[in-house]
Amino acid sequence: MKPDKALIFELSRPGRAACSLSECDVPELDVASVIPAGMLRAKPAELPEVYEVDVIRHYTELSRRNFGVDNGFYPLGSCTMKYNPKLNEDVARLPGFAKIHPYQPESGVQGALELLHTLQNDLAALTGMDGVTLQPAAGAHGEWTGLMLIRAYHESRGERRMKVIVPDSSHGTNPASAAVAGFETVTLKSDERGMVDLEALKAAVDGDTAALMLTNPSTLGLFEERIVEIADIVHEAGGLLYYDGANSNAIMGIARPGDMGFDVVHLNLHKTMSTPHGGGGPGAGPVGVKSKLLPFLPVPTVGRRADGTFYWDGDRPQSIGRVKAYCGNFGILVRAYAYIRTYGPEGLRRVSECAVLNANYMMHRLAPYYDVAFPGVCKHEFVLSGKRLRAFGVRTLDVAKRLLDFGYHPPTIYFPLNVEESMMIEPTETESKETLDAFVDAMIRIAEEAETDPQLVLNAPYTTVVKRLDEATAARKPVLNCSCG
Amino acid sequence: MKHRYLPMTEQDEAEMLRTIGAESVEELFRDIPGAVRFEGVLPMSGALDEAALLKHMRRLAGRNADFDEYACFLGAGIYDHHIPVVVNHIVSRSEFYTAYTPYQPEISQGELQAIFEFQSYVCELTGMKVANASMYDGATALAEAAALAAGATKRRRIVVSRTVHPEARQILRVAARGLGLEIVEVGCAPNNGTTDLTELEAAITDDTAAVLVQTPNFFGCLEDVRAIEPLIHARKGLLVLSVNPLSLGLLESPGALGADIAVGDAQPLGIAASFGGPTCGFFAVTEPLMRRMPGRIVGQTVDSEGRRGFVLTLQAREQHIRREKATSNICSNQALLALCASVYLSVMGKEGIRETALLNVRKSHYASSLAAASGTLSLPFTAPFFNEFVVKLPDGADIGTVNEKLLKAGFIGGFDLGSAYPELKGHLIVAVTERRTRDEIEQFIREMEAAL
Repeated sequence: MKPDKALIFELSRPGRAACSLSECDVPELDVASVIPAGMLRAKPAELPEVYEVDVIRHYTELSRRNFGVDNGFYPLGSCTMKYNPKLNEDVARLPGFAKIHPYQPESGVQGALELLHTLQNDLAALTGMDGVTLQPAAGAHGEWTGLMLIRAYHESRGERRMKVIVPDSSHGTNPASAAVAGFETVTLKSDERGMVDLEALKAAVDGDTAALMLTNPSTLGLFEERIVEIADIVHEAGGLLYYDGANSNAIMGIARPGDMGFDVVHLNLHKTMSTPHGGGGPGAGPVGVKSKLLPFLPVPTVGRRADGTFYWDGDRPQSIGRVKAYCGNFGILVRAYAYIRTYGPEGLRRVSECAVLNANYMMHRLAPYYDVAFPGVCKHEFVLSGKRLRAFGVRTLDVAKRLLDFGYHPPTIYFPLNVEESMMIEPTETESKETLDAFVDAMIRIAEEAETDPQLVLNAPYTTVVKRLDEATAARKPVLNCSCG
Repeated sequence: MKHRYLPMTEQDEAEMLRTIGAESVEELFRDIPGAVRFEGVLPMSGALDEAALLKHMRRLAGRNADFDEYACFLGAGIYDHHIPVVVNHIVSRSEFYTAYTPYQPEISQGELQAIFEFQSYVCELTGMKVANASMYDGATALAEAAALAAGATKRRRIVVSRTVHPEARQILRVAARGLGLEIVEVGCAPNNGTTDLTELEAAITDDTAAVLVQTPNFFGCLEDVRAIEPLIHARKGLLVLSVNPLSLGLLESPGALGADIAVGDAQPLGIAASFGGPTCGFFAVTEPLMRRMPGRIVGQTVDSEGRRGFVLTLQAREQHIRREKATSNICSNQALLALCASVYLSVMGKEGIRETALLNVRKSHYASSLAAASGTLSLPFTAPFFNEFVVKLPDGADIGTVNEKLLKAGFIGGFDLGSAYPELKGHLIVAVTERRTRDEIEQFIREMEAAL
């Protein structure tokens, strides 16, 4: 058995260094003469002492113990793990984008402001909204921002509506965002087809309803066919419609949230707009609104003067304030803008068509071997249930672990919560038919293995650097840092 | 249409439709009602080929004054520090940047270990017991700290110093409105640049969940944390310190100063300024607060054969389990920027972080001594500082005009304090990092005087 991979702290040898310090070309200064002793560190921070080759080899080794989209197929449902274009990485690193300061005079950042202004307009057009803030740092951050906008809108009308309605298939951030925005959550049961139950919705809305939060297509990969009626029911009660943009990869140029009746929408640029997930972040979650909510948008946005120059527009007296320092995750916004310009509007429409075609193809090929949770057409993703494998003692978790041996990242598992033994599969548009076929073949083989040799599946994975990990002990007796100091 | 990111051929499409049993791709969208179908072409920016797009992006980038061409004396939360070249090489490895949150630990050990090491680095620098996997940025981390304090103490009042970054206080106010918390601001001591301790003591009540202090504060001044700590702990509230992580190479750690929660922005640790984002917030607490921390946390464990391994842990705290009972909705971290910070700290090492912090002190103090000796510029505050300080221009001088002139001379000038503090009109914050040379410093002070 190979020894454990060392921590960087374990590589430390006193006297080594990897840094090249700037020259001290100013007069020497005794730090004790300008900073009182009580403010100075009594004990140095015990950082490792390594040289540059150690640093490179250590992190290169860590990277080899990690799996990204560039390593292989990553059909993680609801996460839209599409290809992250290399051009976007290159342009985000241009000094004119990477080495600028948010407080520079506007005259010295006209290119950056122009980019942000164009992106605001492009995202508004894509979603059918009247204005966009680029500040939110992530999808959940966008949800919270959108709910604070909805709250400000109702309060401006003298109403403090308390209820936010979410379907039971919604992502956990929806109710959590509602809670931290000061709302109470009402959970709505889906009907047998996985759609919003209109009668239940009618019963749930009243004069205290602030908003309905909806993902459309839903987390189940299904389009809410009665979206117009849903919007009418909520609007008639004086509530607003919030669009969770997690799944917008299915509908670009085909249907817009604004035209469906949504009043507020967030987009996950790290999903639909191809910006890399970064191992968990950074992302960006811009929020678009209809005109009646424009007065409440966070400040500043970017404006354009009649003479063609761009400026920070902070003139919005009813604004909810600021939700993120500076102008949001600019480096991510640069990548998203570059992505939009590689496709243009017709290309983006084709992106969605291919994403939906890929998902439907996989669903049809897998249907004989796993239970399709909601038959019919799906959009960009679909949900399978692994329940029939339970007869052999094999669960969805085991199928996921066995997929690792075939070189795939597994689908999202055990979500959505309203399907037992669920697997949510989202191929995206950037995968070829050969890739989809090979993955489907692996899934079929695993279903056969479960029947003929369940132990083979139960003991998977075999090819990874570690085997299944003891998560219970990790939570019961937490070891959260190496305490090397 | 053909596109270099799309593999679908006409033959693929035909075969796939046949398997599905559909006549056309259009048929797959039959569930979208006609009333909400978009017809026509979206009014968006058009497509460009690769060469044209590169040219277009370079043109936009070329219209910004960047740190390669201009000497930057602007700080106020975002700094122009040297980024060791290895940082970009490592974060450009696509096994890191094209991965998602490490949900499948067997194939994510690299990211999980990197985060575990980041948590270890944060604990080592801050002197705190536990740290999470990172937050959006320092400002949102501060707001999350206030939320944690309110939950832990079951109190609603948050006392924050006006010397905390103005944008962080704006974000705090929005967050507090959502959570139903009361925000009380405490002013600055006259001529000193730090929190008014008398006013602070008066503001702390038995309903105060926490005092929020930043050091070095927005003006660059070091707060007297040893005097602040007993004021809040006497009332059984929590002390939240927002700190500059690079300064901790030299300055006493929040843990040693009695902080219950330490937060800050890791941007000074090898993260590009990038117009202010993305950066990376860090969040560390004392042991009793561990299970109240927001965000992702990585823990060490073993696999079924006894090998050391790492997993996401303590997930019972998180939004996807707690849903509407969650106290924070964050479900991601800034993993790639946390990696930048870890690589930076690995490069710096025990000596390098201290030496770099010292260089910042020396160069900024050289600049302040030149400003003090200039005759036209003055230093209004007396408190000790780390790498930035406040300069007062002569009465009537317009900072916007001065900064435009500096830009023409090749300098990015200081932050105009009048915008956020009306009483400090005519004052600006000057930041001097290790990147600034003696020549640049001397010329900058001369140009500033000339611009008046």
